[in-house]
Amino acid sequence: MSQPIHFHPSSGFDQRSREAMNDLHLRRSFRGAMDFLQAKRRAQFTDANELSRLRDLGEAIRRHALANLPQLLEELESRLSRNGVQVHWAQTPEEARAIVLEIAKRKEAKSVVKGKSMVSEEIGLNHALEAAGIDALETDMGEYIVQLAGEAPSHIIMPAIHKTKQQIAELFAAKLPGVAYTENVDELIRIGREVLRKKFATADIGLSGVNFMVAETGTLFLVENEGNGRMCTTVPKVHIAITGIEKVVAKLDHVAILNTLLPRSATGQPVETYQNFISSPRKPGELDGPDEVHLILLDNGRTQAYGDVQLRATLQCIRCGACMNHCPVYARIGGHAYGTTYPGPIGAIISPHLLGLGATHRLATASTLCGACAEVCPVRIPITDLLVRLRNEAQAADADSSLRGAGESRKPLVSILFRAWALVYRYPTLYRLSTWLMSRGRAFMPGYQGAWTGIRTPLIPAKKRLRDLMAERQRTN
Amino acid sequence: MPNHTDAPRRYPAKPAAAYLFSTCLVDQFSPEAGLDAVRLLEREGIAVHFPPDQTCCGQPAYSSGYPEEAKAVARLQLDLFPEPWPVVVPSGSCAAMMLHNYPKLFADDPVLGPKAVALAERVFEFTEFLVHVVGFSRHDEAAEPCTIALHTSCHARREMGVHATSAALLAGLHKVTVAQQARAEECCGFGGTFSLRHPEISEAIVTDKVASLKESGAEAVVSADCGCLFNILGHAEFLDKEAGRKPTLPGEHIASFLWRRTGGGDQA
Ligand code: SF4
Repeated sequence: MSQPIHFHPSSGFDQRSREAMNDLHLRRSFRGAMDFLQAKRRAQFTDANELSRLRDLGEAIRRHALANLPQLLEELESRLSRNGVQVHWAQTPEEARAIVLEIAKRKEAKSVVKGKSMVSEEIGLNHALEAAGIDALETDMGEYIVQLAGEAPSHIIMPAIHKTKQQIAELFAAKLPGVAYTENVDELIRIGREVLRKKFATADIGLSGVNFMVAETGTLFLVENEGNGRMCTTVPKVHIAITGIEKVVAKLDHVAILNTLLPRSATGQPVETYQNFISSPRKPGELDGPDEVHLILLDNGRTQAYGDVQLRATLQCIRCGACMNHCPVYARIGGHAYGTTYPGPIGAIISPHLLGLGATHRLATASTLCGACAEVCPVRIPITDLLVRLRNEAQAADADSSLRGAGESRKPLVSILFRAWALVYRYPTLYRLSTWLMSRGRAFMPGYQGAWTGIRTPLIPAKKRLRDLMAERQRTN
Repeated sequence: MPNHTDAPRRYPAKPAAAYLFSTCLVDQFSPEAGLDAVRLLEREGIAVHFPPDQTCCGQPAYSSGYPEEAKAVARLQLDLFPEPWPVVVPSGSCAAMMLHNYPKLFADDPVLGPKAVALAERVFEFTEFLVHVVGFSRHDEAAEPCTIALHTSCHARREMGVHATSAALLAGLHKVTVAQQARAEECCGFGGTFSLRHPEISEAIVTDKVASLKESGAEAVVSADCGCLFNILGHAEFLDKEAGRKPTLPGEHIASFLWRRTGGGDQA
């Protein structure tokens, strides 16, 4: 049983982040992992000019793909169909789940082995499979661990990053029959692998995500490090790939460039251990491969982002996770606090399209706008600008915004405060008067200044403002 | 618009006059920092003009989701700098607001749009201006040796790309040792209204920042941003008061530090 994602992630966000910050194990796990991943990434990009050029290219490729999205998706579908891959379109998570269940029913499938797929998390597929009496097993080691623990992934690349090896050792000893407690990481991985190996051979369906889809060749490109993705996509008789509509690129050459950015940004690896190019089911005479390959293309709100010139950049994402690895907020509250499939900065900018802004507005405010995310994003998504835009939409007074849930979380009192603030700061006379009064009344400045003084000494205005000091200087000069 | 911040800026020759946009925080809460910036520039032969109608760059509203209110306030500043002089801002965050966000805010306005762009081009963060325009090269031979830590604000670092200039100014002072801190590039947790909207997360971040600054062995911290300083020093002071001990982490704006180190204090 995996933990359901919160459909109103904003409510409870504070509670969840507080709990996470008070959990010192968790804090240490995340901090250690973030430091490690940052250092690994840094070591991959030692030449700032090369990195800058590559990011330009990555951005250009993704922007080009999005600018031509409808045509590329059509081209992709027709290529894939010609290659013998069955393409399905799903507008909602319900539709996507129904497509999977339909195939499973037709094939009388009893078990599914899953490679890592965040989109399958997004649609809550494991629940649906379980409800239909189908055994769904995660085969990525990290996903396997969180599944065993009944949790959701806390990171899009490293799903079990919140767990210490002691916790994993306890989990294995408790949940796997005949397994003794061991903190030896190699041994833990060996144990996990043994369980999984057996399942690959007997599963009826293999399910996977997709990293990039190539329109010109009709190819699904999938990277991984454990070989489980290759097993899932070649051993069972049926392979179902599921991904978002935005993952298409025009040319195979584009994948080559994006994939020099992806592993280096994500885990700091120069290249992944496995790169899978899937273009068709098994052809006559071929030794392995599934009899059927299906691709499910999910919208789930992505067209909303696509329809907005600025927010479209959200869809450039190649899901490397670098933004969360460098985020000071994510490093402290971890992935689960967000309550969404995609946590961290990318989660804050994509989730409003998937779940509505009313349910997710608090995520966009949970950023200092420090820009560490945008600085490392391999495809140059202006994440901070998008966060600001989402904040605007969340406060928008009139419902002329095309975003689902815009204005729902508007707080009248805060709006009044900002209107008053603008009034004072736009008229020099009012500003002069109010700052003069504050300086005069500095002795009466309250020692309690809301959340500020919870952990800081109060801010006290100076006796004389800079403008007073400047005026004095002018007089004496 | 693509988001290219890697391109280097072009800098003008050292001018005879410059404007100071002090920022609302400096004007009201840290006027000494502003005054020291003025003194430093004047000692380099630059006449500093302080347009008295200036208020705030508008960032509090901009980053909180109130673009109209931000625009109304930014609109006032657009007209305050009529001469073609550089506009020096003793805050990386406010400078970044004027440099990057003013053009975006007024992009659709045929009159104010070009005005915002023209202003943005001559907005310089204070340390950036000292290094790249003034060519500041004074020494601190007469001063006592000291060890300090430098905190660079995120906006100075990432939006202005000027984290190197504060460091360069300190490196030019022979008797100053800059202590190495863990995760120097990480945010201090201020984030303007973020510190009020998410006080607990802000606390978690600033707690770590203060700890790593102290662990660096520095006697004090300097920064080119008052927002970060208020957050870091305010928290350090809070901890000291709670513990009933003397201040353990004092600090000041880099303008004041430079002015004092290079003999300014003696003449004043
Ligand atoms: S937003 Fe950028 S950094 Fe974050 S996961 Fe997507 S591509 Fe990576």
